[in-house]
Amino acid sequence: MAEFTLKIRRYQPESGESAYWEEFKVDLDGKRSVLDGILQARDRQDGSIGIRCSCRAAICGSCGVRINGKPALACHTHLDEAERVAHGVGWNAPDEGQELPAITVEPMGNFPVLKDLIVDMDAVHWKKVQRVTPWLLPEGPPPEREYIVPPESMIDVTQSMACIQCGACVSDCLSMEVDPLFIGPAALAKAYRFVGDPRDGQHRERLQDLAEDPHGIYDCTHCFNCIEACPKGVAPMSQIMRLRRVSSADYGIKDRNNGYRHEHAFVENIRRNGILHEADLLPDSYGGKFHPRAVPELFSSLPIVTKALQRRKMTPGKALGHPHKAPKEVKRIFEQVEGRGERYELNLYVVGVEEDEEALADNEAALASDEGPDAVGGEEHAAAAGSHLPEERSPNA
Amino acid sequence: MKVAYWPGCVSRGFTPELHGSMAKVAPLLDIELVELDRACCTGAGVIAEHNQELADTLNARTFALAQQEIGRGADLMMNICSTCQGAQAECQERLDASGEYRDHVNELLEPEGLRYEKGISNKHFLWLMVEEIGLETIASKVQRPLTDLRVGPFYGCYIVRPTDRLGIDHDQPRDRYLQRLIETLGGTVVDYAGAYKCCGFPIITMNKEASLKQAGRHLGDAIDAQADCLVTPCPLCHLNLDLQQPVAQKLVGRPLGMPVLHLPQLVGLALGLDPNELGMGKHIVRPTSVIDWTTSVVAGVGATA
Repeated sequence: MAEFTLKIRRYQPESGESAYWEEFKVDLDGKRSVLDGILQARDRQDGSIGIRCSCRAAICGSCGVRINGKPALACHTHLDEAERVAHGVGWNAPDEGQELPAITVEPMGNFPVLKDLIVDMDAVHWKKVQRVTPWLLPEGPPPEREYIVPPESMIDVTQSMACIQCGACVSDCLSMEVDPLFIGPAALAKAYRFVGDPRDGQHRERLQDLAEDPHGIYDCTHCFNCIEACPKGVAPMSQIMRLRRVSSADYGIKDRNNGYRHEHAFVENIRRNGILHEADLLPDSYGGKFHPRAVPELFSSLPIVTKALQRRKMTPGKALGHPHKAPKEVKRIFEQVEGRGERYELNLYVVGVEEDEEALADNEAALASDEGPDAVGGEEHAAAAGSHLPEERSPNA
Repeated sequence: MKVAYWPGCVSRGFTPELHGSMAKVAPLLDIELVELDRACCTGAGVIAEHNQELADTLNARTFALAQQEIGRGADLMMNICSTCQGAQAECQERLDASGEYRDHVNELLEPEGLRYEKGISNKHFLWLMVEEIGLETIASKVQRPLTDLRVGPFYGCYIVRPTDRLGIDHDQPRDRYLQRLIETLGGTVVDYAGAYKCCGFPIITMNKEASLKQAGRHLGDAIDAQADCLVTPCPLCHLNLDLQQPVAQKLVGRPLGMPVLHLPQLVGLALGLDPNELGMGKHIVRPTSVIDWTTSVVAGVGATA
């Protein structure tokens, strides 16, 4: 047994007081969870601590909180690990010599707080999930018996199906922080679950809807916070990128947010110049220098352009000319890959990482000499991430 | 130390002062830069969004070019852009994970006589300073400590997430390197809310308001934490934080005026280089708005914008 200090953010709306921090000392083995710690504090010290939980096994998704400033499931975080992060190396860690801080536990971000660690999932998360029509919309009458679907097309959506609706990704979504209307990572990952499902008959309509919405797929700022936050390896941002890819390449949806235009302008820019020529990218992303959409944008950028020219950040020659040309080998790669007509996508969540023979030998040696907890832990971790599908089920096999 | 150097696009485009200052700082740290001038853009995530295999192949080509230089005596490959680092790490993760996939990509490189071998060592300048050169060595080269300068780190998403892909863990806390470096150079680290957040740049053409509200918010948070300036290892962040700062200022409805330095500029100042030499006059928000600091460190640069 060891003693850990939990610093819990408390808030009771009916009290009229603002939120405050309160420290609790708990006595538990380091391999018990932060949730166990909170529950012990509630049982022994203060029965009014509010926390939502159920399964205690990282399945139900109820106990999403922020631990040491980062979103996590309280039941899926060891006390000793949380303490290690709090003490030294995590984000915003203290400088040397400072008093060691406690494990902080606070409610998730981007949600209204109902009480202590309990947030209002209805107000944000469930509303957004409903926004993407999270049920199957098959075309035509259902078949007499079951739908027959090739296994590989269902494997494609397994990653987005792994979501347990805990809201951890929503908590730290940086686009949502400035644009609360953003549909957000969890709901968009759910959208891919249906866009990738061959039984669904409304792919184009779904994508059109999500691409045209100013708070839809093109509002994601690509910050990786949701990938880092997800306890189940759903990688919501990767699902959003797949939605963009399917929308743009398979359906050619030219949205009003310039998502399609920006992507194509960027890719064409590199195909032509090899390295990015920014002076073209901006107007091209709005449809070209003389496009009605581009004119006001370029006009509004004039003060900045003028200042950049003044400061010699850019020169007129560099802005208008194209000093760099793509090597012919780069052009050839573009032609070969894009000319093939089908995309080759390697999803490591599905196929897993190839065993490294050297590492494998090391692991075996470690196991043989009875020093194998790390090696075993590594395997468990990989299995938990769902990355050990047999080869015959791999879409890339 | 000799490195196969990938400068990226923006450091030679809209932030020429980054490439320029890197070239000035390198010899002071005994780094020989061998520029990969035949390589192409990493795709900054956009090419991967368009076609994953295309991005993987283009970056495998860059890695193969770097490995040629490594074969000729370079120690490793180096970046000066967080976005390049992250975009390349993503492609490398896939290329290194599957021999079959690597063979497939290498077939596309073969006509040029190139081949990518698994496991290239590719580090950002920030990582290279801490892991290869060592902070003690850097401390010994400091000519003009950044005493009393309050610096806020701004990492850029691509160099801090996802942590497993980027090799960030307890033993290798790459998400603390900027803080350590600032201290090594004699400055004071400012802890503020935005250090690990997104500058908003990727959506500037899609949702300009949401994009610049992010930049404006972090700049405002840094002001509230009494930072004199920010330092960033990412030129794309610099575009939103500096070039677009006048617009961000309007969107967040408060005056900002926060200077943002590129990583080699901050290092160069401490190593005794002249601010003009480091291209500090090229910033939209001139570093001279730093009050306590101007007289000693950047006196050479003109008045505030």
